[in-house]
Amino acid sequence: MKILCLIRQVPDAEARVKAQNGRVDLEGATLALDGMDEYGVEQALRINTDGANTVAVALGGARFEDAIRRALAMGLERAIHVESTEYLDVVTQANILAKIVNDEQPDIVFCGGQHADTDSQALGAALAEALGWNQITWTTALGIKNSSVEATHDVDDGKEQLELQLPAVITTQQGLNEPRYPTLPNIMKAKKKEIRKASLSDYGITGGKVRVVNQEIQAKQRLNKLIDGKDPAAAAEELIKLLHNEAKVI
Amino acid sequence: MILILAEHDGTKLKKTTLEMISAARGLNPEITIALFGKDAGNVAEEAAKYVGQVLVVEDPNLEPYDARVYSQALQQITEQAEASVVLVAGTRAGRELAPRLAVRLDAPYLEDAVKLEGIEGGLRIAHYAFLARVTETLEAQAAVIVATVKPNTQPAAAPNSSDGEIFEAELELTASSIKVLGRTQEKTARVALTEANVVVTGGRGMGSPENFKLVEDLADVLGAGVGATRAAVDAGWRPYAEQVGQTGKTVQPNAYICAGVSGAVQHLSGMGKSKYIVAINKDPEAPIFKVADYGIIGDLNVILPALTAAAKRLKD
Repeated sequence: MKILCLIRQVPDAEARVKAQNGRVDLEGATLALDGMDEYGVEQALRINTDGANTVAVALGGARFEDAIRRALAMGLERAIHVESTEYLDVVTQANILAKIVNDEQPDIVFCGGQHADTDSQALGAALAEALGWNQITWTTALGIKNSSVEATHDVDDGKEQLELQLPAVITTQQGLNEPRYPTLPNIMKAKKKEIRKASLSDYGITGGKVRVVNQEIQAKQRLNKLIDGKDPAAAAEELIKLLHNEAKVI
Repeated sequence: MILILAEHDGTKLKKTTLEMISAARGLNPEITIALFGKDAGNVAEEAAKYVGQVLVVEDPNLEPYDARVYSQALQQITEQAEASVVLVAGTRAGRELAPRLAVRLDAPYLEDAVKLEGIEGGLRIAHYAFLARVTETLEAQAAVIVATVKPNTQPAAAPNSSDGEIFEAELELTASSIKVLGRTQEKTARVALTEANVVVTGGRGMGSPENFKLVEDLADVLGAGVGATRAAVDAGWRPYAEQVGQTGKTVQPNAYICAGVSGAVQHLSGMGKSKYIVAINKDPEAPIFKVADYGIIGDLNVILPALTAAAKRLKD
């Protein structure tokens, strides 16, 4: 079975994100392989345990190489990196990635359920449509039998179990598995693995469909009124009064 | 013309639909609602109270829901009606079918909008990015644009003075190739989490599933919804339907009261826009206090019952 894993390099969940002159400034922020994508990399390595026929695909700036090396150190066989620092909307991304998928002919494409930079949930479904494939989003359990897949995934009001024929795009999230830490020998080995570089022009893309007008941090000023709970009854009484009289929300 | 794909339960429109209607009215007075599914006809008259045109599609291929078939149906309607903007609810289902529609139409897709504004030949939206730490403004200009609208960010629309027209649409749809083996619906007798004015949430610090009784008691006195963190859901203490955060629901109540919640960024991205945040935690250094308006530093096992008692006295 051949598997493609879409990966992104994003600010770590704990990273301090700054904005200046209407743009996010990632200078100094800790960047990492998107946690949601990592579940896909892990799942690929649980299906193809020797890592054969597993390919990382990344679409982003030169800094994405750290995330690619991480995925290779976890065990993926090789990588394709389409280098672009431009903001690309999800439809344009899907069109580029569809060309790579058509060249590579995988059975499964894994993609994170939501990306920690764009907060977008769209890439998996958009790519599936560009390929004419089915998708399973927000997958928490996955079993593969020959050319069919059985999965449990989260829906708006609960869970659903599905069965479908491969190929498919499967989006991943916490709960699917516990991603491994790369071992030192594997980190060394990953340095020699192939990363094929490509550019947007290789795919006939000159620009996207959506423009970023502004990015800003809108942190709501919070009151930070803390009450010592040593006398629980008095503290509770005070809080309920504040919520009723000051905030007027209960 | 703005086309809205309605969310409904076969008997009435969901709140997300009324929110999309009010967003659409701010863009263009000409609005069409598309109603999909075998019971779609039941909601047509209600929908006609809000907009000029209602399109009912009861094609059997639309049951059960499959994003691929839904986007195919919506594409046909968008093209026939020459809609300039298509609005879909920013729910899980909406956020997997809308990008499919955008690819089909080769249209720009603007996701999870909290604010929508018409511009010359296009649309500008604000949405959250970087785990809701950043507000990003995006715009696109094209003959047709697809957008999803984040639930609970728009006021619910009021009906018009006159009723719109109802049409039935015949489409050519391909049957779904996905087999649904089972569904577990998680229902609650309380007010829906995303619609509640007050939400009471418990985290890992609750210590046990039994202890959530303390959260429920306070929620019941306040008429609140009950929420849980990913940690509490993963531990099997609470159903997934109650999960608030990056991989759960996004809520924006007037008051968000949380106990035993540390305040991880993934959780904050699901509730950080609440009007007032109230935290109960025994650790004064817990990150949740940094984003809280009010807080009690103390043992939730005694604080929560004390709050329930105080709230009861207030309500009496």
